Amino acid sequence: MKILVPVKRVVDYNVKVRVKPDNSGVDIANVKMSMNPFCEIAVEEAVRLKEKGVATEIVAVSAGVAQCQETLRNAMAIGADRGILIETDVELQPLAVAKLLKAVVDKEQPKLVVLGKQAIDDDANQTGQMLAALLGWGQATFASKVEVAGDTATVTREVDGGLETVSLKLPAIITTDLRLNEPRYATLPNIMKAKKKQLDNVKPADLGVDVTPRLTTLKVEEPPKRQGGVKVADVAALIDKLKNEAKVI
Amino acid sequence: MANLVIAEHDHGSLKAATLNVISAAAAIGGDVHVLVAGHNANAAAAAAAQVAGVSKVLLADGPAHAHLLSENAAAQVVAVAAGYSHILAPATAYGKSVAPRVAALLDKAQISDIIKVIDGDTFVRPIYAGNAYATVKSADSVKIITVRGTAFAAAASGGSAAVENVAAVADSGVAGFVSAEITKSERPELTAAKIIVSGGRGLGSGEKYREVLTPLADKLNAAMGASRAAVDAGFVPNDYQVGQTGKIVAPELYVAVGISGAIQHLAGMKDSKVIVAINKDPDAPIFSVADFGLVADLFEAVPELTSKL
Ligand SMILES: Cc1cc2nc3c(=O)[nH]c(=O)nc-3n(C[C@H](O)[C@H](O)[C@H](O)COP(=O)(O)OP(=O)(O)OC[C@H]3O[C@@H](n4cnc5c(N)ncnc54)[C@H](O)[C@@H]3O)c2cc1C
Ligand SMILES: Nc1ncnc2c1ncn2[C@@H]1O[C@H](COP(=O)(O)O)[C@@H](O)[C@H]1O
Repeated sequence: MKILVPVKRVVDYNVKVRVKPDNSGVDIANVKMSMNPFCEIAVEEAVRLKEKGVATEIVAVSAGVAQCQETLRNAMAIGADRGILIETDVELQPLAVAKLLKAVVDKEQPKLVVLGKQAIDDDANQTGQMLAALLGWGQATFASKVEVAGDTATVTREVDGGLETVSLKLPAIITTDLRLNEPRYATLPNIMKAKKKQLDNVKPADLGVDVTPRLTTLKVEEPPKRQGGVKVADVAALIDKLKNEAKVI
Repeated sequence: MANLVIAEHDHGSLKAATLNVISAAAAIGGDVHVLVAGHNANAAAAAAAQVAGVSKVLLADGPAHAHLLSENAAAQVVAVAAGYSHILAPATAYGKSVAPRVAALLDKAQISDIIKVIDGDTFVRPIYAGNAYATVKSADSVKIITVRGTAFAAAASGGSAAVENVAAVADSGVAGFVSAEITKSERPELTAAKIIVSGGRGLGSGEKYREVLTPLADKLNAAMGASRAAVDAGFVPNDYQVGQTGKIVAPELYVAVGISGAIQHLAGMKDSKVIVAINKDPDAPIFSVADFGLVADLFEAVPELTSKL
């Protein structure tokens, strides 16, 4: 069975972004870009399913600017077999990405699409669910355990009260949470091998998808800053502050 | 103009987050209707009818909704969506799973995790782990929105809306419920608690987490939370995680114990009214947001704090 893994190029999770002085957005010129951490977990899970003999081919897909190639090479270094870049300079919002991915799914016919639960730049948490709806497929969001047997995926999900297990009829959508696995590091030989793997390039127009944004960002601002507090000398001083100054206990 | 709130409930009662969403819907203006999609969920619908500001409750009662599966819930919302300008859900595991499906089925964008309503088209939402606030305007005729609960007050009781039964959708057939393992706790719910005691990797183990923090939480009648590192290490269940990719909380008092204060953690708790940090490293970033910082070994400071309270 084939697995499709959409991977997004985002500002590295270690970077604290700055708002541009003109409030037009955040400054991402010259900051480190990486694969969205939840997408790394998605690629790792697909690779493990292949190692278990469940999956036969893993196709990584990324939509965005030309540099998303690097993200795809990274996915291939972890173990994806080939990559598809959907290249555009237009700002892509989740609905547009879901439509692009649907067009790829229609062509590639995977049995499973594994996405991250959330991109850590837009923090949208939408794309997997939207893709599932467009395809009419079942979905398991926030996965912490995946088992595939025959035509069924049994997925444990991290929900607000604890864990929930659902069974999905394949084909289906899974989105990853932090506890699903710990992604391996790409080794140097695998990074070299990834450079030779197939990487196709398509445009949104080739897929017949209109990616015009529906949402316009009017401005981006710094959140209000917290007033820097004080250090207290000992436990007694802390209790005094909480009781008499903050009056919270 | 009317707004539809997708209720989160357990069939017998409403989840607290639903009340915050009703307030966000009221802030947009226009009638507020609430959809309860459940099974034997008369009690949840009756509870929704008693919330101030709600003018109608739609009850879709059927076996397809017994386990609140997103596929069926989204189909149900779409079945009743005609005529609504805004469809809102809480930014909880449930709301986040259902709302984007609704948006895609209606071919509309979703505006996730709003913290402020500017007007019917324009909303503020955090991006980049809350390091920036974006004001976004939607060009769509229907807005699909998820609401950050901590940013809107809970709607009060005092309503007397009519409950209207609507036909429940059939099961999608593509997904089924298998089992649930819900963390049992007598404590207040994390996202609604007034006081939270939260522990990180500094606790060292699950035993130590419980031994050191439980007596303090008991004394303060607090909910208990954790950093990702503490959850990943298995000290506590996943639903304890506070942060960008966990729960967003804003209690009156947040006590961070043995937590360094990574941006992903701060994203989930920096709107707390008062923050206390106990950490042995004077340079830990948590101190930059803490109102009261105590540089100390937590294994000494926390028991002392508990005994002196
Ligand atoms: C995609 C992604 C999403 C993430 N989402 C989240 C999230 O939602 N929530 C979250 O919390 N994190 C999240 N993280 C992880 C985050 O980056 C940090 O790794 C994590 O918050 C660190 O947890 P910690 O503070 O418990 O551990 P550490 O950073 O290891 O800090 C432990 C602290 O304990 C102190 N300490 C140790 N011993 C003692 C002692 N005896 N007495 C007093 N102090 C002591 C140390 O000085 C240190 O400051 C995410 C990361 C990624 C990549
Ligand atoms: N531009 C993109 N290219 C490929 N995959 C994407 C893109 N945007 C989002 N995704 C996928 O959707 C997931 C959730 O993203 P979001 O809905 O934006 O939070 C990501 O983890 C990716 O798996």
